[in-house]
Amino acid sequence: MSTAQTHSAQNLTLADCLLQETGVDIRRCYQCGKCSAGCPMAAEMDYPSSVWMRMLQTGRPDLEKAVLKSQSIWLCLSCESCYVRCPMEIDIPRVADFLRAASKRRGLVHPRARNILRFHTAFLDSIRYTGRLYEMGMVVDYKVRSRKWWQDLLTAPGLFLRGKLNLLPHRVKHPKAMRKLFKWAAEDKEARI
Amino acid sequence: MKMGYYPGCSISGSSREYGESLLAVLRALDVELAEVEDWNCCGASAAHNLNHTLSLALPARSLALAEQQGFQELLVPCAACFSRLAATRKALMADDAKRRQIADLVELPMKNIPVSINLLQLLQRVLPENLKEKLRAPFDYKVACYYGCLLVRPAEVVEFDREEDPEEMDRIMEKIGAAPLDWAFKTECCGAGFSVPRTDVVGRLCARILDDAVSRGAEAVIVACPMCHSNLDMRRQASESHSGKKYTIPILYVTQAIGLALGLDAKQLGLQRHIVPVRLSAGKSSQILENAPA
Ligand code: SF4
Ligand code: SF4
Repeated sequence: MSTAQTHSAQNLTLADCLLQETGVDIRRCYQCGKCSAGCPMAAEMDYPSSVWMRMLQTGRPDLEKAVLKSQSIWLCLSCESCYVRCPMEIDIPRVADFLRAASKRRGLVHPRARNILRFHTAFLDSIRYTGRLYEMGMVVDYKVRSRKWWQDLLTAPGLFLRGKLNLLPHRVKHPKAMRKLFKWAAEDKEARI
Repeated sequence: MKMGYYPGCSISGSSREYGESLLAVLRALDVELAEVEDWNCCGASAAHNLNHTLSLALPARSLALAEQQGFQELLVPCAACFSRLAATRKALMADDAKRRQIADLVELPMKNIPVSINLLQLLQRVLPENLKEKLRAPFDYKVACYYGCLLVRPAEVVEFDREEDPEEMDRIMEKIGAAPLDWAFKTECCGAGFSVPRTDVVGRLCARILDDAVSRGAEAVIVACPMCHSNLDMRRQASESHSGKKYTIPILYVTQAIGLALGLDAKQLGLQRHIVPVRLSAGKSSQILENAPA
C-alpha cells in the first residue's frame, strides 16, 4: 500500500487531523519508549503508546485503522504519567482522547473495549438529563447495556448500609442549560473526523 | 469573602465521608466555605474520553456560575474534578472564541474565571503554625501518602507540588504527628474510572500500591481523592483476588486523619462508612476505632 494513499478527501493523514484539531504534533516523537515504559496499562495493550505514535507517523491508512481498532486507546486511563515524562512533551493522553472519538465515530471500537465505552456513555447519559451524576442510576444503566448483571451485586447492600448510595438523583435547577451544552458539544469536530 | 466550594458528584454520593470530614475539620479551623449554587457534574473522564468540547463545556458552566456568585477561588477537593476545572480554565483563557461561545450558551459573562485549588493547597494555607499545640490525639502512625495522578499531573494544569515525588501531603501529615514513609507508589495510578467497567484492572493496580505500602510498614494509606479512596477501599476485594493476599490496611482521607488528631468524633468524620474497617493500633495515641456499620 502506498504511503501517499490517505483516508480522507483532503488527503490528510490522521496525524495531520490530530495536529489541526488538537495542536499535538506526534511527528516530534523520536521513539525513546519512555511513555510506554512507565504506562500502568502497557502490559495489557495491543500497541503501547510509543508504538501507536510510530504507526501514526507512517501515515499509512492500514496502520491508522489498526490504531483506531486497537484495544489500547480504550485502556488508557488518562493517568498523565506518559505526558509528564515525554522528553518531547507530547500530550499523549490528549492523543488518546482524539483517537477514541475517531474510533467511535468510525465504528471501529474494539469488541473487548465496548464495555468501557458503554460505561462512559452511561455516565454521560446520567448527567445529560440531571446535570449531576446519579451513581446508582448510571450503574443500572451500564448493567443493562453491558448485561453484566451479577457483578457488583454483592457490594451494593454494603454501600447502602454505609449511607453511600443515593436512592434518588440530584438535579440541577436548570436542566435546559445542560441540554444546550450537550447539543453544542455534539457538533464537536473531533467526534466527527 | 468566603471561599467557594465545588463538592462534585462523588462527595455528594458514594464518597460523602470525604465531604463530611472536610467540613468538620474546616469548621474546627474556622474556615468558611460557600457551596457554588446549582453546580453540575464536571464530566470526569467520560466527557474527555468521548468529546473534547463537552469536557470543557461541563466544567465551564460551574465555573461561570461560581464567577457570577462572586467567587475568585474555588475549593475542589476531588482530584478528578480539580483537574477538569483547572484544565478548563486554562483552555478557555487561551481560547477566546471558545470562551465567548460557552458564555453565550450558559448566558453568563465568563470574564474572570475563578481559580480552582485542591484540598492540600487549602490546608497548606489554613493549618495554623501552632497546630501541634491544638492536637488532642496526635496521629502518630506510619503513613503512606498516596497522591495518585490528577492532583499533581500535569504541572502546567495543576500548578502544584512536584510531579514525580510530591511532598505537600507528607508535610501535612508531619504536622499532625504522623511519620510519612518514603515509598514508591505515591503517584502511580489506582485505575481511576475503571472501577465499574474493568474492576480487574483496578484490582491489579491497587494491589501493587497496597503491597508497597504494607511492605514498608505503613499503618494507613492517606488519600485526597474520592476515586483513589474508593478503588483502594471499596474495591479491596478486587485487590485481594488479584494478589491472593489479604490486606487490612485502612485508607483514610487526609481530612479524617487531621480530624482524629484534632479530637473530632470518628462518626462526624464518616469513618463508619469505609468498607475496610479503620482499626488503628492502640498505644501511642490510644485510639481504637471500630467502624462496622450499625
Ligand atoms: S495516560 Fe494512558 S497511555 Fe499515558 S501512561 Fe497513563 S494509561 Fe498509559
Ligand atoms: S516518550 Fe514521547 S518521544 Fe518518547 S516514545 Fe513516547 S511519545 Fe515518543
